[in-house]
Amino acid sequence: MAAPGVAADGGHWFSALALGVTFLKCLLIPTYHSTDFEVHRNWLAITHSLPISQWYYESTSEWTLDYPPFFAWFEYVLSHVAKYFDEEMLNVSNLNYFNSRTLLFQRFSVIFTDALFVYAVHECCKCINGKRASKELTEKPKFILSVLLLWNFGLLIVDHIHFQYNGFLFGLMLLSIARLFQKRHMEGAFLFATLLHFKHIYLYVAPAYGVYLLRSYCFISSKPDGSVQWNSFSFVRVFSLGLIVFLVSALSLGPFLALNQLPQLFSRLFPFKRGLCHAYWAPNFWAVYNALDKVLSIIGLELNLLNPNKIPKASMTSGLVQQFQHTVLPSVTPLATLICTLIAMLPSIFCLWFKPQGPRGFLRCLILCALSSFMFGWHVHEKAILLAVLPMSLLSVEKAGDASIFLILTTTGHYSLFPLLFTAPELPIKILLMVLFTIYSVYSLKTLFRKEKALLNWTETLYLLGLVPLEVCCEFLFPFTSWKLRYPFIPLLMTSGYCAVGITYAWFRLYCSVLIGPFIGKTKKH
Amino acid sequence: MEKWYWMTVVVLMGLTVRWAVSLNSYSGAGKPPMFGDYEAQRHWQEVTYNLPIRQWYFNSSDNNLQYWGLDYPPLTAYHSFLCAYVAKFINPEWIALHASRGYESPEHKLFMRTTVLIADLLVYIPAVVLYCCCLKEISIKKKIANALCILLYPGLILIDYGHFQYNSVSLGFALWGVLGVSCDWDLLGSLAFCLAINYKQMELYHSLPFFCFLLGKCFKKGLKGKGCVLLMKLVCTVVASFTLCWLPFFTEWEQTLQVLRRLFPVDRGLFEDKVANIWCSFSIFLKIKDILPRHIQIIISFCFTFLSVLPACIKLILQPSPKGFKFTLVSCALSFFLFSFQVHEKSILLVSLPVCLVLNEIPFMATWFLLVSTFSMLPLLLKDELLMPSVVTVMAFFVACTTFFPVFGKTSEEELKLKSFCISVRRYLPRFTFLPKLIRYLFLTSVITMLLLTLMTVSLDPPQKLPDLFSVLVCFISCMNFLFFLLYFNIIIMWDSKHGRSQKKIN
Repeated sequence: MAAPGVAADGGHWFSALALGVTFLKCLLIPTYHSTDFEVHRNWLAITHSLPISQWYYESTSEWTLDYPPFFAWFEYVLSHVAKYFDEEMLNVSNLNYFNSRTLLFQRFSVIFTDALFVYAVHECCKCINGKRASKELTEKPKFILSVLLLWNFGLLIVDHIHFQYNGFLFGLMLLSIARLFQKRHMEGAFLFATLLHFKHIYLYVAPAYGVYLLRSYCFISSKPDGSVQWNSFSFVRVFSLGLIVFLVSALSLGPFLALNQLPQLFSRLFPFKRGLCHAYWAPNFWAVYNALDKVLSIIGLELNLLNPNKIPKASMTSGLVQQFQHTVLPSVTPLATLICTLIAMLPSIFCLWFKPQGPRGFLRCLILCALSSFMFGWHVHEKAILLAVLPMSLLSVEKAGDASIFLILTTTGHYSLFPLLFTAPELPIKILLMVLFTIYSVYSLKTLFRKEKALLNWTETLYLLGLVPLEVCCEFLFPFTSWKLRYPFIPLLMTSGYCAVGITYAWFRLYCSVLIGPFIGKTKKH
Repeated sequence: MEKWYWMTVVVLMGLTVRWAVSLNSYSGAGKPPMFGDYEAQRHWQEVTYNLPIRQWYFNSSDNNLQYWGLDYPPLTAYHSFLCAYVAKFINPEWIALHASRGYESPEHKLFMRTTVLIADLLVYIPAVVLYCCCLKEISIKKKIANALCILLYPGLILIDYGHFQYNSVSLGFALWGVLGVSCDWDLLGSLAFCLAINYKQMELYHSLPFFCFLLGKCFKKGLKGKGCVLLMKLVCTVVASFTLCWLPFFTEWEQTLQVLRRLFPVDRGLFEDKVANIWCSFSIFLKIKDILPRHIQIIISFCFTFLSVLPACIKLILQPSPKGFKFTLVSCALSFFLFSFQVHEKSILLVSLPVCLVLNEIPFMATWFLLVSTFSMLPLLLKDELLMPSVVTVMAFFVACTTFFPVFGKTSEEELKLKSFCISVRRYLPRFTFLPKLIRYLFLTSVITMLLLTLMTVSLDPPQKLPDLFSVLVCFISCMNFLFFLLYFNIIIMWDSKHGRSQKKIN
């Protein structure tokens, strides 16, 4: 982070930033890692020691392969490096296998694949308009953006402490966004199609990609008022886009189609048997819904309106993924969440179609899709907030209004990741890194937009400052109270409830800025 | 405003790195019967909490001095006592007399690491921040960069948060002392330095420059007028602070004597383990430790140390200046490290601290020295299984230094502060213009040797006949480097004001 005295020559500062964060990642190697570590070790073993026909059937471990084929291939490639570290970790029946060499290999595999992320950030920095370019290096939008992305708190703790491979996947996404900014649409489409076959969670933002490419690439020109000029439709472009997507999908799913395993594969990819909410509640609409249900049921019990024997004894936050039955409010089905998500996404898609604003409009739509699915999706992980936070960083350095939304979204979103790390030795790390990132983002954006009005009004500031007492209550005071045993879910409930407010607010404000925002057609550029 | 926001960011970075390193292993983890410094610190908590103050330094059935007996001055003991109170509150098992010996648990490790972090946060880090803010003649950004580099110095982080010690307390107090004395708050400065000495007796390495600088100040003000008053005030401050620290041990003569015997264990020998000083390196060729009787060893080491600190100290008395003071601190501490009696490898931190302070003046040499100083502790760090954090923090420190300071771009005579020296040599040797180039080559050779040696130590097994081959080599190479640095710093000190005077003449 800090490169205040950097000589402003070329990209020297960028490599210093990237190296700095890489060293920090290396220091985080001995920290706590979650069950995802074992998940990925198991996938290494599956892809290494079993034939391809077994990959999506193997179920020795409870952590079955549930990512699309490209990710399986990725693990397959990794496993061929892993065998030089420790052959034993590649054994399917070695459940919960762990030693220091396995740890080193897995951690370093994340750190090395992050190179793609670093490259993508480098490309994204080129797409930022440098209107605000100040003489001071640390006040340049490019510098701020690269810190916000490279040193992103959420990515650091999810990938390098909790353990996952989001870095290079987000790298692919940012790279495809950068390519769209650079008008290299085919490349962008190819990268995104590939990304989808690495991790299908990115399907959430696929509508934005589809509509944008159709509207702004397949239609070569628009009318002066921004509406579609139907006769400028280019069949060549549609065909080539389709071909790219088809080829990528064929490469990925083809082998499994040949083996007639597609239904099995899809049942693994979309496990609707899992509950409405993840083990920890992501701070979204359903968290508020569940909380309301819980509160109502407690009130009902107190007032003897409900029969205690009829209430299902499922503690939602006991840590295991399980079904949760609502006691008072109607239960939610996957279909209902799907419909809610689609309805929430729809206005932004419409905007993208009827008010095309170039790649920036696309980026807004992408973030809104990500946020809408985060708000209403089925079994949403709290980590999914990164899907909105990272692209939002790109917008934040260009407009003061976006910067203010970014600050609220990022701070609450990042705070909602805190329950991921619940072990005592990691407590200082997560607090220090979070404070570091938040202070940096607040002050650097404030400096960048110092000529505009204040980024955060007093209610927003108060809300964000409220996270401090919340953290003190949840992690420093609550464990010492007698409620710890009776109501162990209260800290998580408070965290997701409080964060849900901020995220909903950010989502709402972003929507307003898209819907109300003025039309800036392509005509202006001509 | 902007300054403070960057300073906060820098301090948070320093803290994050510190805590990340502290997740690693500590000295003597799971190695009975003696364990390591971690157990020593825990044992001191046990002893100070459970025994009356008069028994702390005495051998008894409850206090076996052979097993990590207290051998630091009273302030360390008080600190342990304080920590023990907190430990007792959290879990009495941690400090139970006898029963807690060799106690290890993740919770206890967390507790111990936290005590280090708190001490660091209270003493060392504020001193560094304040010191960098008080630096003159450089931009705000440079000050912040300087603070970051000092806070990222790997040696101190690895020893305090990896190996486990509380060096940041004594070094922090010493830094407060430097800060006070250079800003003309002489009494506060000397008070802080007295606290440093009373925390770790090794701080005596720094005492001569402090003494000479303050004495020089008094002389400058005139010993008959204001100087005398200042001197009296200083004497009173020092005596008062020492008395306060030692009060419980001044009740009986025997107490005082016993504490002193514990602080200066003359019978432990010329050096311990593998140290990168002259005596250890010299004993590769000749085992002086066994050949010479102990009192002769003491006399020899005393003479060497005395001779090597003499020029810089005299110079400082005659021409006291904050800048000269910092350089004299480096040279004196280095002389003590190289020549004095009973030196530990960790004592190199006492030299590193003043070198950190001159980082912005001679970035090239300072970075080089700080790299060598960390390298010289390699055998210790390897023993504690701290290879990974060591490599990472050293690289991070190096990247930080090269990013913020033009380390390689500017290695001219001027930048190396060797201009006046070169001019005076050229009077006799007109062709003496190759020094900067020579120094650049030396730097390259030194770095490559360190890299190779590190690689060899990590990857190769030493031959059976010479199990200590690599650690001895590490010490020898570091010692050669340190000798070169001693020479360099002495040259800077001795030629410093001539340059200043000639500048004045020009003005």
